Amino acid sequence: MISLNKLDADKSAKVLSIDAGINLKDRLYDLGIKEGIVIKKITAASTRGTVVIKLGRGQIALGSGMASKIIVEPV
Amino acid sequence: MKILLMGNPNVGKSVLFSRLTGVKVIASNYPGTTVEFKKGAMRFCNIKAEVIDVPGTYSLRAVSAAEEVAVKLIAGAGLIINIIDATNLERNLHLTLELIRKANKPIIVVLNMWDETKHLGIEIDGNKLQELLGVPVVATCALSGEGIKELVYKINEAKLSALKYSKLPLWDEIGDIVDSVQKLHHRHHTFLDVLQDISIKPPFSFAVGLTVIILSFFVIRIIGEGLINYVFDPFFENIYSPFILQVSGFLREGTFWHKIFIGNLTGGEIDYRQSLGLVTTGFYVPFGMVLPYIISFYFVLSVLEDWGYLPRLAVLTDRLFHRLGLHGYAIIPMILGLGCNVPGALAVRLFEAKREKFIAATLMAIAVPCMAQTAMIIGVLGKFGGQYVLIVFIVLFCLLQILGNIMNKLIKGQSPEILLEIPPYRLPHIGSILKKLWMRIGGFIKEAVPLVLTGILAVNILYFLRVIDFFAGVFAPVITKVWGLPKEVIGALLIGFLRKDVAVGMLRPLGLTLKQLIVGVTILSIYFPCAATFAVLCRELGIKDMVKSVMIMISTTVIVGFVLNIILTLGGV
Repeated sequence: MISLNKLDADKSAKVLSIDAGINLKDRLYDLGIKEGIVIKKITAASTRGTVVIKLGRGQIALGSGMASKIIVEPV
Repeated sequence: MKILLMGNPNVGKSVLFSRLTGVKVIASNYPGTTVEFKKGAMRFCNIKAEVIDVPGTYSLRAVSAAEEVAVKLIAGAGLIINIIDATNLERNLHLTLELIRKANKPIIVVLNMWDETKHLGIEIDGNKLQELLGVPVVATCALSGEGIKELVYKINEAKLSALKYSKLPLWDEIGDIVDSVQKLHHRHHTFLDVLQDISIKPPFSFAVGLTVIILSFFVIRIIGEGLINYVFDPFFENIYSPFILQVSGFLREGTFWHKIFIGNLTGGEIDYRQSLGLVTTGFYVPFGMVLPYIISFYFVLSVLEDWGYLPRLAVLTDRLFHRLGLHGYAIIPMILGLGCNVPGALAVRLFEAKREKFIAATLMAIAVPCMAQTAMIIGVLGKFGGQYVLIVFIVLFCLLQILGNIMNKLIKGQSPEILLEIPPYRLPHIGSILKKLWMRIGGFIKEAVPLVLTGILAVNILYFLRVIDFFAGVFAPVITKVWGLPKEVIGALLIGFLRKDVAVGMLRPLGLTLKQLIVGVTILSIYFPCAATFAVLCRELGIKDMVKSVMIMISTTVIVGFVLNIILTLGGV
């Protein structure tokens, strides 16, 4: 169980929980980022950098602050 | 009857809107191109309908300004055309189900980008989807126009869905629908996939970014200079000049009308850059100097937009903009601003909070010169060497950094974080690129050229009424002592409120030294936005914030002019 920004690049992981307020949770939910889905991290320049994930066929970029609130389990 | 076009960002709503109504709109391959809703008219089954292109939304929860607009529009709508990116069915159905359950309006669903599903190995059973959703489903490819006729034919079949609320969570319900209508076939990675990967992953992403930027500048310059040297200058010299000299002879030098229309002759010849007449400089500035670069810039920008590179550039510059109180998507208003500050100012709407809007707008107005101005800077400084043009741009880039950092520290609040869907690369469609280019050139000719002519006329009138002399006297201490410029520069500063390109052009007849030219064009870039941009910024920021922003601009100008004057003097320029 680690936060998304600590996940290594090119690793897939399952989203366990999102420790954020309802506002951010909703925005992530709209993009399909929710508990139970499997995502693949594409970039990880550092734990403070911008995170890009692959979700289905699309790619989504998110700030490191947001990524730190997404708790995942590597699969 | 009102018809709404609704869908997620970047699914092709604007292209479809153009197809249905014939109204030309700018469409690109990145989310958020449409920040204002657009209206057009169409006819189906002998009914006249108003079609509204609604900015993209992910949900009806109204968390962003664009979504709020969408929710308000639904109340007055007769029916809704919900556009779906067929290559990303799962994500898009989220809004579809919300619309079906919450909007309470007849709906028709459009599976757009249908042609791409075939290349991607996606097979969607449209009939089954229609059955499950309980509303008509039509497949289209808006870019090529495929399926549009069928859509128009079927619009009156749009209906309220009888779809019941499900006990499952929304995404699970969507998952079930997708599983039963969509089949995925394995396919090999294409060249675009590989390119997509390397342009997002460091360290290659930085190399790709640098290559794209350098290549863009190079191509803009080649096309711009090529057009000037081989098309526009020969036209002015060989065809236009003889005609104008005849007119000049007819009006006779020294008369009032000669002064207004032809301006001052230089040794019996026309110097288009200095004469300041309506049909000489007034035509040469917009057509002979600016238009070639407008053409080359927008050609390159259109290719980048439709290809889908800009969101990747946003990811690349995210951390840089984070320090300036923004996030990477600020690259969109900045790049649009490089063409013209007006669309740049409108794109500031991509930001939600007041703080971000203020910072983005102020930085854009100060540090991003529009193409018209850039073309004139190249025209004025270029003959001394490209390095002097570069100095101006380096100063502006440093200003972007310094001012952004200062505003980020001083203004209460935090930098927002990026949350952005990155669209796939698409091979630019030459037809749509040319169409977009044509629209932007048309926009320049219709909106900018009259203002340029007004500017030239205003110069003559202001000189005639001695208004410029009056202001020159008032502002002489700052202009001469602080900036080291002759006080006549005030004329350019006054006209710069109207058009920056004319203002830069007015520096030429003053016989400035190289150092004075560099200081002059830099000051003209940062001191105040042109009238058109100013009007848009007032609307977007509100008067109070606009006053603050203008104060930042003016104080920055005074300081930068002073510092630059000293540095260049010490540097021996």
